[in-house]
Amino acid sequence: MLITINGQGMEVALDPRTSLLDLLREHLELHGTKKGCDQGACGACTVLADGERILSCLALAVQYEGRSISTVEGLADDGRLHPLQQAFIDHDGFQCGYCTPGQICSAIGMAAEIGRGVPSAVTADLAATTIPPTRDELRERMSGNLCRCGAHNGIIDAITEIYSAEAAE
Amino acid sequence: MTTIRDAAQKLMQTAIGLAPERWLPGGTPDPLIGRHGAIGSSVPRIDGPRKVKGEARFAAEVPAGNMVYAALVYSTIARGRIATLDTDATQAVPGVVLVMTYRNAPRMAPPALFMSDPRAAGASSLPVMQDDTIHWNGEPIAVILAETQEQADHAATLVRVTYTKETASTSFDAATAQAHRPDSVLGEPAVIEIGNAEAALAEAAHQIDRTYHTPRHSHAAIEPHAATVWWEADGRLVVHDATQMLNGTRWTLAGIFGLKEEQIRILSPFVGGGFGGKTLWNHQILAIAASRLSGRPVRVSLSREGVFRVSGGRTTTRQRVALGARADGTLSALIHTGIAAMTAYNNCPEQFSFPARHLYAADSFKLEQKVADLDMVANTFMRAPGESIGTFALESAIDELADSMGLDPIELRRRIEPVKDPTSGHAFSARHLLDAYARGAERFGWSARNPTPRARREGEWLIGMGVATATYPYYRMPGGAARITLTREGQARVAMASHEMGMGTATVQVQAAADRLGLPIAHVTFAYGDTALPPGTIAGGSSQTASIAAAVTAASEKLVPALLKLVGNDSPLAGLRAGDVEARDGGLGHRSLPERFESYASILSRANRDEISAEAEAPMPLEVQKYAMHSYGAQFCEVRVNAVTGETRISRFLGSFDAGRVLNPRTAASQFRGGIIMGLGLALTEETLFDARTGRIMNPSLADYHVPVHLDVPQIDVIWTDSPDPHAPLGAHGIGEIGITGVGAAVANAVYNATGRRIRDLPITLDKLL
Ligand code: FES
Ligand code: FES
Repeated sequence: MLITINGQGMEVALDPRTSLLDLLREHLELHGTKKGCDQGACGACTVLADGERILSCLALAVQYEGRSISTVEGLADDGRLHPLQQAFIDHDGFQCGYCTPGQICSAIGMAAEIGRGVPSAVTADLAATTIPPTRDELRERMSGNLCRCGAHNGIIDAITEIYSAEAAE
Repeated sequence: MTTIRDAAQKLMQTAIGLAPERWLPGGTPDPLIGRHGAIGSSVPRIDGPRKVKGEARFAAEVPAGNMVYAALVYSTIARGRIATLDTDATQAVPGVVLVMTYRNAPRMAPPALFMSDPRAAGASSLPVMQDDTIHWNGEPIAVILAETQEQADHAATLVRVTYTKETASTSFDAATAQAHRPDSVLGEPAVIEIGNAEAALAEAAHQIDRTYHTPRHSHAAIEPHAATVWWEADGRLVVHDATQMLNGTRWTLAGIFGLKEEQIRILSPFVGGGFGGKTLWNHQILAIAASRLSGRPVRVSLSREGVFRVSGGRTTTRQRVALGARADGTLSALIHTGIAAMTAYNNCPEQFSFPARHLYAADSFKLEQKVADLDMVANTFMRAPGESIGTFALESAIDELADSMGLDPIELRRRIEPVKDPTSGHAFSARHLLDAYARGAERFGWSARNPTPRARREGEWLIGMGVATATYPYYRMPGGAARITLTREGQARVAMASHEMGMGTATVQVQAAADRLGLPIAHVTFAYGDTALPPGTIAGGSSQTASIAAAVTAASEKLVPALLKLVGNDSPLAGLRAGDVEARDGGLGHRSLPERFESYASILSRANRDEISAEAEAPMPLEVQKYAMHSYGAQFCEVRVNAVTGETRISRFLGSFDAGRVLNPRTAASQFRGGIIMGLGLALTEETLFDARTGRIMNPSLADYHVPVHLDVPQIDVIWTDSPDPHAPLGAHGIGEIGITGVGAAVANAVYNATGRRIRDLPITLDKLL
């Protein structure tokens, strides 16, 4: 099958049981995407499929034939960190770093959801066309990404820095 | 267990024989304590870019040619024997390379139990897959190796096994009837009695006598335990592990497999969270055995369920705290006793009585720990073992006493502040707990608290504030050595086989070494995570920072005279001795004559040397024998409890710490917060559910074991006294564990203030508040 990973088309032959996560980690040596549970409970495996965040451990790779997948390895531009990656460093938004790629990819997908006006459980006005990225909105929407080191404050600070400024523009 | 005590005593005798005067009475405090340089500045993590780019390589990500994947099969009974074991269908699965069970597993010695020897790292002393005996529900009974993980996982489901069950001890309540005192609790006596505390309690004007329960907890590091292992052609063993005990793992594996330590190399540069759980369990041993049998490199990456089955967590306890007080609040009796569930083959009695040994003054004490033996996966050390849940009981009881006497709980603590360690009689090396309380109270707005419970309400929400003391000992581990290599370019490479699990090890050690050597941080690197380097100590007991710093200091003290030997007669340093000089500005200089200075680059190039190296072992940690050395903190919490649903939300939290000198405010704040957040989980949501009938863990997943998520975590404020401990290297204390202590009680006390309900049974779930 043909699949695009970080802008690069590739032809892969797979055991149909292979998850998208294992395709990345075990077949393509792209270990940036992490496995924390392999059952949809931790968010460490979050990647972007055509810009939408998905849990790659719950996705069979063959379902993504022809689709475009972005992983943490594809975020830096010509060696320059993505602004959100830099913000994670600036706000100390990680300790061990294991949940970090998932948090970053998830935040990028999440920001797009807010931008599209998709409400969350804490959105007060479901009819609103623009949703302000308040701390509560961000915390609610990032709650599928666990962090056991307890870097939550730094993570939300980093996301706030990048996306609240963007929303204000 | 006598071996543990013997080992501890032997260790101390050796230590006293060595008798270093540094950091002891009459010794000079670390000269870096008063200096401001790289230490104390908020340097961003050195490995930050690699982590945010996904380039940090963890144990399950190390490539190995011709590698196979392991899957494990777990027993479904707690005790008995394997009656029948049919692996034919498993063998027949395409891609399967090896099926290993007790029938064909190589002969292996049982692991040396942690603390049975200073180098031992075994989480239990049970033999690994050596016969048909089952010791706990979830014990691995088969290892399947296959070309892909999918094949191995599928083949593992086809193993057919039946058991002959034997009566198992799986009920903590039942086992407490035979609870017994362990020989020691981490080298300390299991019981301390001073005066007659029961009699004093009975006569006291004010009395509190309560029982508290705490459940099992899981470390739940987001990286599951994993290892990539192989045997070299010459019989050497390479293990890429996720571990917080590099050298201990090497020594213990050498014993299990009959190897010399030099034949084993363990690497672990990045660990995706440890918290006490990333040690030597069965999975590494089984992967190594299976690799030997199959002749192939093996990757074992535990499933999330496997993590719960193979590696233990914090154990469950029942604790009694009884306080007898006079009218002025001073204590006539302090009783803290209890029982922890343990197994007969491990050694982690969960030292919940430790805080009460050091925190408060009282006329009489009765402090006792017992253990009840269960058939379960060996419980182990988890972030502030003992102190986390011991402070829940003790600090809840202090709050109960204050409330019953109509005293402010901070004022009560002021009245029972001791002048010296209440049970050992040692002087405190540094203790500023009341200062931490005062600063915290001011910043948190404690004076706005209404002492009457259930007095503040906003709509459906009841609001309350609580406070509790945090405390954790200072430890420094013996046995570590560091090497410093200085180059002609004026660069320093520091090396020690230590660990990075998110603490910022390399970052902080580069800061410390830069100041120690008088170099800018950009000229210093810190190599770690590999047993090919000089031996490190464990990343446990919040000890690593001090352990490394002491070894680097020792190495630098060897390096300076070696450098002075190189200087020629025409050097500005000619004729000076080590005591005359200090490291500064990229070289050595006379302590008081600024012109007598020569840079490292100049010394080495004049001597025609590319580099110079010095390696030294840290002196024994005798400071802890002379002083009561602990970190402290005051944890302030505001909760909102929904009067209709019983749901508790944390609205504000402040940790005010007294933990020695803070080396890097940025990473320190993260460690404090991380501990507090794990404490919020302990308080409100976390419980490993254990079926008392079958010994089965019932919620082995991150969906059912509830760690705090983003929406559970408010902005957490942390402050610190930054008061150096004159008896510790760099004046610093490790801070990985202090943050979780006291949090359970701070939350429970706030919930009481909000609702009038006193919850003595963790976690504080909504059903308990309805
Ligand atoms: S690994 Fe996919 S959600 Fe945990
Ligand atoms: S940084 Fe370790 S799990 Fe989030």
